Amino acid sequence: MHRFANPNRFLKLANAILPWSNGVLVVSLLAGLALALVWSPGDYQQGDTVRIMYVHVPAAWMGMFAYVAMAVASAVALIWKHPLADLAGRATAPVGAAFTFVCLVTGALWGKPMWGTWWVWDARLTSMLILLFLYFGYMALHNAFDDPQRGAKAAAVLALVGVVNVPIIKFSVDWWNTLHQPASVVRMDGPAVDPSMLWPLLVMGLAFKAFYVSVVLLRIKAEIADAKIRALRMSEIHG
Amino acid sequence: MASYFDMGGYAGYVWPSYAVTAIVLVALFVATWRGLKNRERTLETLLATRGPRRRRAARQEAPAPEAVNTASTTEETSR
Repeated sequence: MHRFANPNRFLKLANAILPWSNGVLVVSLLAGLALALVWSPGDYQQGDTVRIMYVHVPAAWMGMFAYVAMAVASAVALIWKHPLADLAGRATAPVGAAFTFVCLVTGALWGKPMWGTWWVWDARLTSMLILLFLYFGYMALHNAFDDPQRGAKAAAVLALVGVVNVPIIKFSVDWWNTLHQPASVVRMDGPAVDPSMLWPLLVMGLAFKAFYVSVVLLRIKAEIADAKIRALRMSEIHG
Repeated sequence: MASYFDMGGYAGYVWPSYAVTAIVLVALFVATWRGLKNRERTLETLLATRGPRRRRAARQEAPAPEAVNTASTTEETSR
């Protein structure tokens, strides 16, 4: 029963955070959508397709952020055998995969009118697709073993090996020729985006971040409940 | 209004982008919420079928306030 000590402390923390993350999610989502769809101007070159940016870019940010979070959780799980870390990694993977999928689909919907193609096999797009497959691989490995601990270990190793892909995504637009535009927000000499477009982008980014926090906390709660159910059923069988 | 929804001729790209984002994220949220509620319900029924002593052990919660009080009073009376 010792192993429940930590999860219960976590549950208290999660229940304290959830109302706040849900509140931030609702407020920033409404504000972000209003800014993105109504109060921001069209681009002088791209017209109204620039509005796709306000869902595409936050999805890409969160797709990569979630992967780093998953890799950190995997490292903690492997090194310190912290029981919550594995649950956190497991809870993060589907959320990161969803963001990455949204990023790829909205990217294609933006690429068709602006580049004239849905897809090119260039470094940025390909490395983002690999990110999606890394999420799928992590989830598949986790469930591939009869012994859940072996699955968790194998998935954690994959998450750590795959983390090398994250800087490749980030710098792919600098290292290789690509149709994709270079970084325009996180730059050494400040954002190159006009404030009228930067604000909706940042507010939508906050909304996506709050969504991530809420959903991951709810998923970890579900994982903890799952572990308790399994422990109870085991104790029923073994007396 | 119609010209707004036209998105400068790019309606076929802008709106599907927002629709896909909304569908994926809402579906994920709903699935997460349902998964949590289902498990909490299962856990409740499992716990309800056992005695109160084992239930407390399984939850590993801090002792209820009244339990603490009775413990301290018995300690005082024994002294």
